[in-house]
Amino acid sequence: MNTDLAIAILMGVGAIGPGLAIGLIGSSGLQAIGRNPEAAGKVQTSMILSIAFAEAIAIYLLVVALILKFV
Amino acid sequence: MSAGLHISLNAETLFHLGSLPISNSMFTSTIASLLILSFGFLVKISLDQKTIRPTGLQNLAEWIVESFLNFINSVTGDLKKSQIFLPSLATFFIFIVLNNWLGLLPIVGSVGLKIPQESKVESIQQLETTPIDSAHEVAEPVKHEKETFVKEEKHEKFVPVFRPGTADLNTTIALALTSVFLIQFFGFKFLKLSYLNKFFNFSSPVNFYVGILELISEFAKIISFAFRLFGNIFAGEVLLVVITYLTKVLMPIPFYGLEIFVGFIQALVFTMLSLVFYNMATAKSH
Repeated sequence: MNTDLAIAILMGVGAIGPGLAIGLIGSSGLQAIGRNPEAAGKVQTSMILSIAFAEAIAIYLLVVALILKFV
Repeated sequence: MSAGLHISLNAETLFHLGSLPISNSMFTSTIASLLILSFGFLVKISLDQKTIRPTGLQNLAEWIVESFLNFINSVTGDLKKSQIFLPSLATFFIFIVLNNWLGLLPIVGSVGLKIPQESKVESIQQLETTPIDSAHEVAEPVKHEKETFVKEEKHEKFVPVFRPGTADLNTTIALALTSVFLIQFFGFKFLKLSYLNKFFNFSSPVNFYVGILELISEFAKIISFAFRLFGNIFAGEVLLVVITYLTKVLMPIPFYGLEIFVGFIQALVFTMLSLVFYNMATAKSH
């Protein structure tokens, strides 16, 4: 059975969520730094951590797409 | 996939040590470990206790250790804790970043051997030609009343000799298991048995439920560590192979830059997440 369409839809639609999430996290992180430049170090650490969590969701989708394509 | 493009999700075995199959990613990560060990050995034999100001290799090693210690200290705030966390976190970072970057060398993934493979192929009429990158037997459905016969067919499979260690799910699962095990180890070491109060908390029903969720999230950490690192590095490999296959010159250059960046960031994220989880597990509860 041809799964190419499923793979394309999987990655295309699935990347909406993490993309929005990373954008929102970045925006709130930048606002926090703008309001309180002294706490920039702590805010930056938490922001990078949250972005890593959000991006991991997109990576799960990518792994499923790769498995569909190559196995 | 068209002929000439070789991508395989699992690492192919190169040879067998007794009955243990050695895969190409195991081989490459052993090479990376040997590089790190030889660097450490070189620093050790060039250590000079007499001079106040270190020079050369000792200076480089001291700079590396000091950067890690400052970074860990900025998150934990406790110097004694940082010194206890330092060896495992620095090892994670250096091992992962070296394995990721080794995947960008020109010979990794392209230089390989043709290893003859035997596979049983059910074919109806003609000789079954399996594609080069297929690692599984291909079975054709019976279309008419002719009886199928099983043929033993030898064909050669292209096996690359080197493959980045972290592009293999086995390596990343091992790293994730090590990291989560160390979280529990540090939790028990710092908080003794009251660390279990995090998971089994009988003071109120809500806290009990939260404890169960924390237990489940420990297992989710293993999965997420493993797949984040594997997905990023393997997808980078696939991206480079496909781009090089489509446009032979010039276009792969920005993607190589992206892969250098991604390799560094993934090592940093793994280390930072481990550090934050260590810190949360050893935080003295209120």
